[in-house]
Amino acid sequence: MWTSPGKLRAKGIIGMNQRNIRYIGRYNDRRLYPLVDDKLKTKLLAQQYAITTPALIGTVSTQFGVKHIHEMLAAHGGFVIKPAKGSGGKGILVIEKREGAHFVKPSGAHLTLEDVERHVSNILSGLYSLGGSPDVALIEALIDFDESFAEYSYEGVPDIRVIVFQGYPVMAMMRLSTAASDGKANLHQGAVGVGIDIASGTAIRGVQFDRARHDHPDTGHELASLHIPGWKTLLELAASCYEMTALGYLGTDMVIDRQHGPMLLELNARPGLAIQMANGEGLQPRLDLIERQPAGVSPEERVAFAQHHFARRSELERVAEETAEA
Amino acid sequence: MSRLPFYLIVALLLVTGIAMSVHRHIEFEVPWTPGEQRQIWEIEAQVNFRADGGPAKVDLALPSTQQGFRVLTEHTASPGYGLNYLEDGGARRAEWAVRDAEGSQRLYYSAQILVAPDAKAAPIPPPQPAQNVVWEPPYDTAAQAVIDDAWSRSADAFTFAHQLIQDFNDTSRGENARLLLTQFDRVPLLMRLFDQAGVPARQVSGLMLENGRRRQTLTSWIQVYDGNDSALFDPTTGERGRPDNLLMWENAGHPVLEVQGGTNSGVSFSMISRSQPAAAAVRSQLAKDSDTLLNFSIHSLPLEEQALFQTILLIPIGALVVVLLRVLIGIKTSGTFMPVLVALAFIQTTLVTGLVGFLLVVAVGLVIRNYLSYLNLLLVARVTAVIITVIAIISLFSVLSFKLGLNAGLQITFFPMIILSWTIERMSILWEEEGPKEVLIQGGGSMLTAVLAYLAMNNPWIRHITFNFLGVQLILMALILMLGNYTGYRLLELRRFKPVTED
Repeated sequence: MWTSPGKLRAKGIIGMNQRNIRYIGRYNDRRLYPLVDDKLKTKLLAQQYAITTPALIGTVSTQFGVKHIHEMLAAHGGFVIKPAKGSGGKGILVIEKREGAHFVKPSGAHLTLEDVERHVSNILSGLYSLGGSPDVALIEALIDFDESFAEYSYEGVPDIRVIVFQGYPVMAMMRLSTAASDGKANLHQGAVGVGIDIASGTAIRGVQFDRARHDHPDTGHELASLHIPGWKTLLELAASCYEMTALGYLGTDMVIDRQHGPMLLELNARPGLAIQMANGEGLQPRLDLIERQPAGVSPEERVAFAQHHFARRSELERVAEETAEA
Repeated sequence: MSRLPFYLIVALLLVTGIAMSVHRHIEFEVPWTPGEQRQIWEIEAQVNFRADGGPAKVDLALPSTQQGFRVLTEHTASPGYGLNYLEDGGARRAEWAVRDAEGSQRLYYSAQILVAPDAKAAPIPPPQPAQNVVWEPPYDTAAQAVIDDAWSRSADAFTFAHQLIQDFNDTSRGENARLLLTQFDRVPLLMRLFDQAGVPARQVSGLMLENGRRRQTLTSWIQVYDGNDSALFDPTTGERGRPDNLLMWENAGHPVLEVQGGTNSGVSFSMISRSQPAAAAVRSQLAKDSDTLLNFSIHSLPLEEQALFQTILLIPIGALVVVLLRVLIGIKTSGTFMPVLVALAFIQTTLVTGLVGFLLVVAVGLVIRNYLSYLNLLLVARVTAVIITVIAIISLFSVLSFKLGLNAGLQITFFPMIILSWTIERMSILWEEEGPKEVLIQGGGSMLTAVLAYLAMNNPWIRHITFNFLGVQLILMALILMLGNYTGYRLLELRRFKPVTED
């Protein structure tokens, strides 16, 4: 049931207190938080830095505007509505397509225009924002995610979280939504976390509910064969978010679009610690190594450095080999 | 970035806090534990009146050393007034006078009273019953009938008094008694009847001592004599005997407060109980006179404010519990300091009543809030609706429990209603988004934190320490600063990250 602090330290695991004081408190300037806490600001900033993000259909900032969203949505079959200041994936409504007057969620549930309007109205009144402050609703184009991931995901879009420390991508994981997580990509709700090797973009290890897994619980597909296309580009995109925000300890959430390749979905100034579970390894040694590196290195060089030093062999393949031998 | 200033501040806070506490312990002989000492009541009487704009004279009865209590020191605060203490046959009074006063006036009298079981009152001679008590008909026959009835059922003055007062209690008993009560107030009526019957008795006023009470008034009692013996009767129940926590304020049958040259006069009392060695209490009073500016402590405030501070000074203890549980254990709560406020309410309601009441209100609130979410309201309006719902639930439970004879149910009103409403709102959203399991985790965490905070804040020793040693606040501050610097694992993380260490 319990382990000892000594064992965790030996694994290099970072705890919540240490993350808050040692990394977030030290490397993330409070003044810069609005850049990442407000998804609209992040999006506009990303455009300046030529970082691809999902296309913006429009924004709604007044309750009056809520009555006009059907005009905004008229030309779009699928779309995503999210609060600009939401956290932890709260308040994100994904509409896959339309059937007549109804909007269809990935789960197959039908919503009326009224339901959608109520959702937008809730967003505006601050239901999902940090501290309940009034918010703006963003309407984005639906991500047309890469076919190769279809077997790894249940309803939701699989996204890739890369921790970027002082511009270096230090650890990555892919979050696969499951039936248990209700199509959401939150690990504590039952999504599968897959540790991704920084060097190759292949799966290292999978966990669900903190326990090791080697296949997707719903599709039954082996995680060992998971390979992310355009991995180097994705890492460089993530790494350049450091120049964009100047935040030293950053969680970048990326998706792979079929047409546009890797895209930045959102940034997080307080990334969670579950990534350590998915990788079966603590962040501490990697962060220590990065802290010893000089500043002023280009994103490409930083990615090359990380790919050289943080290469790991997949545990999943090892399991596969062992079963084959037996 | 150097951490030196941080450690310097922590060290400074610790040293100052400990030094202040030790100084108070040695210099004022305040003990470290609440036991092994005498109880002292600090009582403050506040006289308010509206002066007519001319000379004004205020005459206030004062308590004297009596059975069970000894008056240690007394003070008055009355800028611009001349003060005179009068003593007349065992009755003490304070007389304030001013030549020219206008508008709202406020005079203070405060006394330190030691609980002393061996103290005795100076004897006061029994009063002479008034000779000619005049009654209008038909009250004369009614009065005589009541007296005769009680007289026949009694043997001496005390049993007579008991019977007489009982007659006015039991409405089914006396038609005469009921008739008399239509014309007279209960206590003056009883006094007239005692006079008529020739039983020496006087009306006295006493203060029920209860720690931390503010804006209290005196209660009336009837003292009946049989020869040189006397006994105290409660004029509403007829019960004989003096409660242990009753301090006689006026014991000569005079009015408590007389004001000339003013209107709307009234006197109210605040009190607070403190534990101190008796000798130290006297010494601290002496010290107070010598250095008024240097004696910077809560204990130099008026009593009314001191009673308030007794609670305020406990809040850091509750907050410390929250910090400990969140930083060292990793418990999730709904709303960071909500548990502290709930714990404060528990202090008023007692733990079991508080817990049951809280769970009832939140559970019913969640059901109603669930319906509100169908109405598609704006956030602020919805939370306001929840607030009104919470008030309605609380009123309903109060009335219900009162009708069922559960007085504990009335204490539900001590809950902070706005906080409750936000708790319900947050829990409801949590339920919709994360499911009932997370509600249980956060709700349970909040309850656990509230109970632990309550246990800490209600501990007699902690109450004693926080109120008597202000230096402890600095030590708490230092502790919390140090906790804010803790980078180690949380207890629950040892479980969370266990799978990683397994292979």
